[in-house]
Amino acid sequence: MSSTNALKHRKACLYITLAILAIWFSISLGCSILFREWMDQNMPQVGNAPFGFWMAQQGSIICFVLLLITYAVLMYRLDSKYGYLDSQRDAIDSVDSTE
Amino acid sequence: MEQSTLNFIFIGISFAIYIGIAFKSRASSTKEYYTAGGGVSPLANGMATAADWMSAATFISMAGSLAIGGYDGSRFLMGWTGGFVLLTVLMVPYLRKFGKATVPDFIGDRYYSKLARGVAVVCAIFICMTYIMGQMRGVGVVFSQLFGIGIPAGVLIGAAIVFFYAGMGGMKGITYTQVAQYCVMAFAYTIPAIYISIALTDNFIPQLGLIGDYVAGGEYVPFLEKLNAINEELGFSHYTSGSISRIDMFFITAALMCGTAGLPHVIVRFFTVKDVLAVRKSACWTLAFIAVVYLTAPTIGAFSRVNLIEKLHQTTYVAAPKWFKEFESTGQMAWIDKNDDGIIQYYGPAKSDTNSNTVFAGKAPTYPVAGSATDVLVGKHHQRLVINEIITSNPNELWFGNDIMVMANPHMAGLPPWVIALLMAGCIAAALSTAAGLLLVLSTSISHDLMKKIIKPDLSDKEEVAYARAAALVSLIVASYFGINPPSAFIAKTVAFAFGLAASSFFPTLLLGIFAKRMSREGAIAGMICGIGFTMGYIIYFQFLGGTKEQYLFGISPEGIGTLGMVINFATAFLVNTVSPPPPLEVQKMVENIHIPSGAGEASDH
Repeated sequence: MSSTNALKHRKACLYITLAILAIWFSISLGCSILFREWMDQNMPQVGNAPFGFWMAQQGSIICFVLLLITYAVLMYRLDSKYGYLDSQRDAIDSVDSTE
Repeated sequence: MEQSTLNFIFIGISFAIYIGIAFKSRASSTKEYYTAGGGVSPLANGMATAADWMSAATFISMAGSLAIGGYDGSRFLMGWTGGFVLLTVLMVPYLRKFGKATVPDFIGDRYYSKLARGVAVVCAIFICMTYIMGQMRGVGVVFSQLFGIGIPAGVLIGAAIVFFYAGMGGMKGITYTQVAQYCVMAFAYTIPAIYISIALTDNFIPQLGLIGDYVAGGEYVPFLEKLNAINEELGFSHYTSGSISRIDMFFITAALMCGTAGLPHVIVRFFTVKDVLAVRKSACWTLAFIAVVYLTAPTIGAFSRVNLIEKLHQTTYVAAPKWFKEFESTGQMAWIDKNDDGIIQYYGPAKSDTNSNTVFAGKAPTYPVAGSATDVLVGKHHQRLVINEIITSNPNELWFGNDIMVMANPHMAGLPPWVIALLMAGCIAAALSTAAGLLLVLSTSISHDLMKKIIKPDLSDKEEVAYARAAALVSLIVASYFGINPPSAFIAKTVAFAFGLAASSFFPTLLLGIFAKRMSREGAIAGMICGIGFTMGYIIYFQFLGGTKEQYLFGISPEGIGTLGMVINFATAFLVNTVSPPPPLEVQKMVENIHIPSGAGEASDH
């Protein structure tokens, strides 16, 4: 496991994290609080609910779950690309780093 | 069958299951005691964490806050779920890779300092303690209603049960018990909502009912419009708009989110799974399971508000439904006939010049002593009288506690008795699962972080578990004491403390520990102390020393001040860091190592 590989992995991981957090911020604190009134007025209603209100009470939670699933999938791909899955690693060495 | 018999049957069966599971999976080593041996499947861990996370307060009070606050209540919904996104992408995979059993462990090792570990232990104990008190109180309230005993006896019964399986089973026992408890809670929460949704909106999915039409009145009206119209008519702010200022809402939600991501009892849950990959999977499951309840809460809130007003407002007391009188007799609802017309009126703040709808002085009704004369005890319409000072500057006559919305909901909607029994069982499951999880973190903090790592390093494995069990017993006794004599009449105040502290201490310190390799011991400790000091000071000033709303800094209420405390923590840490020596090489190496997801091994305690 070369350290340049670790660095590349870490950088890619940081991008994923920042992207997830940007979406997280914009849907929860953004759509549902900071720009709620604008959203209520200018976005299409969800059923009979104003958009901002619906985002605050339902939409944001649904998005959070989707975000976590996306994160898990992206990180899985990233890890397997760099050979960091435990199943791949076991074949190379079986040293337990925590012992 | 009688309601009380059904309650007993439901709760009895659920208890038999919990205790059976706890007995089968009791812990035999420290590893099993602290982290269940590290081999719990992501799905089971997700369910268990969800049960651990949803406390009695969430289960009972959140829908009530939503019913009363409408949009304002969203801060809890988003705060307590959004925090899991932070937790998952910023914290737990790295902490799991680090591989120690507790959060103070990480802080102690990462900041190569006993002082940092000490501060972390004190914070962890304080956070868990404030939290567990509320749980014990919740257990006590439910038991007292159930068996018709006093709250103190209820708290003691609850404490005995929690001790039995948390103390014996350790993390392993708790985890599998919580899986069962989650199932009970989820059914208990969603089934009444489905029933009511069908009755009010003719839609069997409550989430669709909320955004659908109200049909119970004969004609089709959009449900939320109906709710807004009712609120406006009665003098409340629009259900979909709320009344908390935007900046306050922002800060409170952010504090709840960051607090969630820094709560030690949530973080340790992710040490029970196999590796980093499983941590991420487990976090998905956890949030999905939590979402089942959290997406239902707003529907219960909105439905019960309509039900409550339709059933009670402008109804004569004599004709009021039976459940109203039952809740009146348990002191959870009260009616003061201010205008002496025998009709219940429920009004909001906009109906008076004082902009308040307080029925009487004080947080809850107080009643004349039992032996008093009949005309002191009951009014002329046979209503239960209170001795609080009546506030006559507004026309509102109806008082009810936030907590009863969920409990009263099935009664209001006239649901079958078994649904109510299920709800009782769910409520107890919520309180017990959270109390057990907290108790474990508390006992670990004391036995592992305090005894083994700071006071007596040569402790053997066996002694440590013994200490943990003793610590669990002591903390439970303290928690029960405060459950019987709550330090403030309002549990929410202490919850503000727990989240404010977690947001201003653990969250920034852990984040810097994971992502800022150069962050030094001095920076972290200074940051923690400034963050906590500021947050604590602000909360104490406004909650206990009589600070007024006009004095709020930037209009931020004590609930949301943790966010500012967090910013102060970050700023201080970076500032002090520039003038302090960098951490030793092996610590920097360790920080680099936790970013490599593979090779997490088993969560160990050595």
